[in-house]
Amino acid sequence: MSARPLRVVGQPLGRIDALEKVTGRARYVSDLIVPGLVHAKVLRAPHAHARLGRVDVTRARALDGVVAAVAAGDLTGCDPYCGPAFRDRPVLAVDVARYEGEPVAAVVAVDEATAEAALELIEVDYEPLPAAMTLEEALASAAPLVHTGEPLAGHFADLASLRPRPGTNVCHQFDFRRGDAAAALAAADLVVEDTFRFPAVQHVALEPHAAIAAWDEADNLTVWATTQNPFSVRVELARMFGLPLARIRVVVPHLGGGFGGKTYAKLEPLAAALARAAGRPVRLAASAAETFQTVRRCSARVGMRVGFAADGALVAVQCDAQYDVGAYADIGPRVVQKATYTATGPYRVPHVALAAAAVYTNTTPGGAFRGFGVPQLAWALESLLDVAADRLGRDPVDLRRHNLLAHGEEFAPGDTPIDGKFEESLGRAAEAIGWTQTAAADRARGVAAMLKASIAPSVSEAIVRLHADGSVTVLASAVEMGQGARTVLAQIAAEVLAVPLECVSVVPPDTAITPYDQTTSSSRSTTMTGRAVQAAAEDVREQLLRVAAGALGVPASDLALEDGAIVSATRRLSYPEALARRFGMAGGELIGRGVVAPGRSAAPLGGSTPFWEMAVGAAEVSIDEETGAVTVERYVSVADVGRAVNPLALEGQDEGGVVQGLGHTLLEEMLYGEGHLLNGTPLLYRVPRADDVPALECRFVENADGAGPFGAKGAGEGSLIPVSPAVANALARLTGVRLRELPLTPERVWRALRARGSRRT
Amino acid sequence: MSEAGVSRATVRPVVNGQSCTLEVPTHALLLDVLRDDLGLKGAKRSCDSQVCGACTVLVDGLAVSACTYLAVEADGRAVLTVEGLARGESLDPIQRAFVDAGAVQCGFCTAGMLLTGRALLDEHAAPTREQVLHYLRGNLCRCTGYRKIVEAILTAAEAPR
Repeated sequence: MSARPLRVVGQPLGRIDALEKVTGRARYVSDLIVPGLVHAKVLRAPHAHARLGRVDVTRARALDGVVAAVAAGDLTGCDPYCGPAFRDRPVLAVDVARYEGEPVAAVVAVDEATAEAALELIEVDYEPLPAAMTLEEALASAAPLVHTGEPLAGHFADLASLRPRPGTNVCHQFDFRRGDAAAALAAADLVVEDTFRFPAVQHVALEPHAAIAAWDEADNLTVWATTQNPFSVRVELARMFGLPLARIRVVVPHLGGGFGGKTYAKLEPLAAALARAAGRPVRLAASAAETFQTVRRCSARVGMRVGFAADGALVAVQCDAQYDVGAYADIGPRVVQKATYTATGPYRVPHVALAAAAVYTNTTPGGAFRGFGVPQLAWALESLLDVAADRLGRDPVDLRRHNLLAHGEEFAPGDTPIDGKFEESLGRAAEAIGWTQTAAADRARGVAAMLKASIAPSVSEAIVRLHADGSVTVLASAVEMGQGARTVLAQIAAEVLAVPLECVSVVPPDTAITPYDQTTSSSRSTTMTGRAVQAAAEDVREQLLRVAAGALGVPASDLALEDGAIVSATRRLSYPEALARRFGMAGGELIGRGVVAPGRSAAPLGGSTPFWEMAVGAAEVSIDEETGAVTVERYVSVADVGRAVNPLALEGQDEGGVVQGLGHTLLEEMLYGEGHLLNGTPLLYRVPRADDVPALECRFVENADGAGPFGAKGAGEGSLIPVSPAVANALARLTGVRLRELPLTPERVWRALRARGSRRT
Repeated sequence: MSEAGVSRATVRPVVNGQSCTLEVPTHALLLDVLRDDLGLKGAKRSCDSQVCGACTVLVDGLAVSACTYLAVEADGRAVLTVEGLARGESLDPIQRAFVDAGAVQCGFCTAGMLLTGRALLDEHAAPTREQVLHYLRGNLCRCTGYRKIVEAILTAAEAPR
């Protein structure tokens, strides 16, 4: 790599898509027009669990303007079962509806109003069945079983061997052990333990899920999709319709927020099936209310025991967690595995016994959501660390510092060594919140940390094209969902090729055009897709240097790229001149290819994490003891990011992560009662508003020690995860009350204060 | 649906400075008319319930949720959508401020944020932070954490128009 200073990477540059977004020109799936487009609406089950008798769409089909009306039995010519972990989910319910809101039938019509009207004409006989709505109900003996048959394997080889526990609602049990946790806990000087609960919450991306599916005259399928992983959707569709991958095209325009809720197939399989039934391109756009019936975060109950030596050293962590994955597994088993593996956070723990179950219930399917299972466990661990600090008479920051993993230290045998200096993040967060200074009398501060592995193994590929005029096209499949992926990839290409950012165009993901990328999730795009783009740009650079070396009669080693030209000490050849030399005319282009593929790994989960995501949060809170209302007055987040490729975009990501974390900390919870979701609409489900945001500082530790381009590593999930325990730890220091259940609603806090009794002085 | 029995009306709003004459069902929502009849896709559909603000447009200078506003009510009124904010190639100061402040992420809330901000600045040329927060109670953003949006609106207030 050249030693010249970075010019584009590391700069707080404006987004390359900002102009189209502030002028209303940016196009999202629901803005697209396809000739002949017709519209679909879905009839959803009104019961949490019901056997389906007759599903009669005859009257709907007869309505003027209806193109097609289908139930599961009408879906011929395709395998209706989908799912990334297990193929346990039919696109329309077969025989049984397993949650309120499950699609039972669908209508395609000339417009949405007609489709909606036709839904009223569908006749369904439901036989309500006993439902398991909570973890307790699902795990009780003689619980109603959400699934009774053995599911088909999903599309991950490493999950293909998973089997639900027969006769129970446990869809996956994960165990991870190191050392002898039971013996270490028995011998520990201090053991703290408790059970913590984390709510089901919805992503509330402003853009609801949508898909447009069109079959062409050669029976090739194109789907414009609101998805974070077009290649997973392609696999799902290929299997469903028995088609080669090459005949399926998944296109992703701008995405109106993802947060994990748009990973893996959601509406796309049903839209494709309906388009086939209708013989027309079909648009299926969910309402915001329907997103609550599509996916959510897995709620969890986490029992944890943590043992310490008298000097404060962590000796053991025992974890017994249950995650509620709802009616279908989606990616729940992976959520449970990945999160539980890092249940010990960024700390050195010699003895661990970590167990977690993914449990089916008759509720909206749980899947990926920013943090991927880690927030649920960090809520428990980081709360218990403060309980232990109190019992040990230690300062909570000191106790954490005592136990932090060091740079280069092993997390688990065979996995990537720790790649950050975590003590810097902790120190900077403590300093920024004023940890050692006395807080105002009516306020207190709390701190928490997190560690998360990224998806592994993991593949990204990219193509970079240098055109005859010196402009550059980046072909890569990282989805732009607000995080700034297009801008960051353009910056990386611009840096390597020494051109201004304005010279670089980034093509949106299109599986027929842009090369493979596994997923836009797991905070991986800057590191993995970024490295692929960097390698592809370097490939172009090497070609340029070879051409110039020949043209100028100078060894390539004496040449460098500078301001759109290849330069030596005395000579200069612009890119257009170099390409004209290469091709003998003003045409042609240089094409570079970049591939990032995992090597062999002996890591416990079968792939070494490409990087460790680590962050620290610190909160300062106040409380109204009359009402129990908690106010987060100030919040500091410090993330170890290696290098901020675009500090402005990264700051936005982390600020958004903190505020999303404040949502499940103070406000958000999908509430079920008597078999129904009670608040599954934007009107009833309260997410943070502008006036809920505290004084907020998001900062970064940059030691260029990441595996990504120019030393970057993944970020964007880290800031969310410490929020709940940091706030609860502050609340405990303020009031002496330890909350174990989120969100920290005024009622919950008020009741805890009442139970505590008279005010502490 | 069958057109029989659907009452229709002629509406003549001035949309982004241009007079238009439209035949619409009396129950048609302004959002659908803007997006489907006029092809103005900048206003977004999200909550359908006047909560999220993604569909915000200005009607005679007041911010309204187009998802719950009847098109017939816009008859004879001036409707401003995000497509009408810039003057030719020249961005409105609030658009410029959003770009510069990094107040745009996924972009789905952006049109509504800009128009709410524009309505605020037209009413209060030098708003306080509290006034900005008050106006933004009807606009949700799930990406940015709002801080940069608030800063952008305050910055735009200081810019010459």
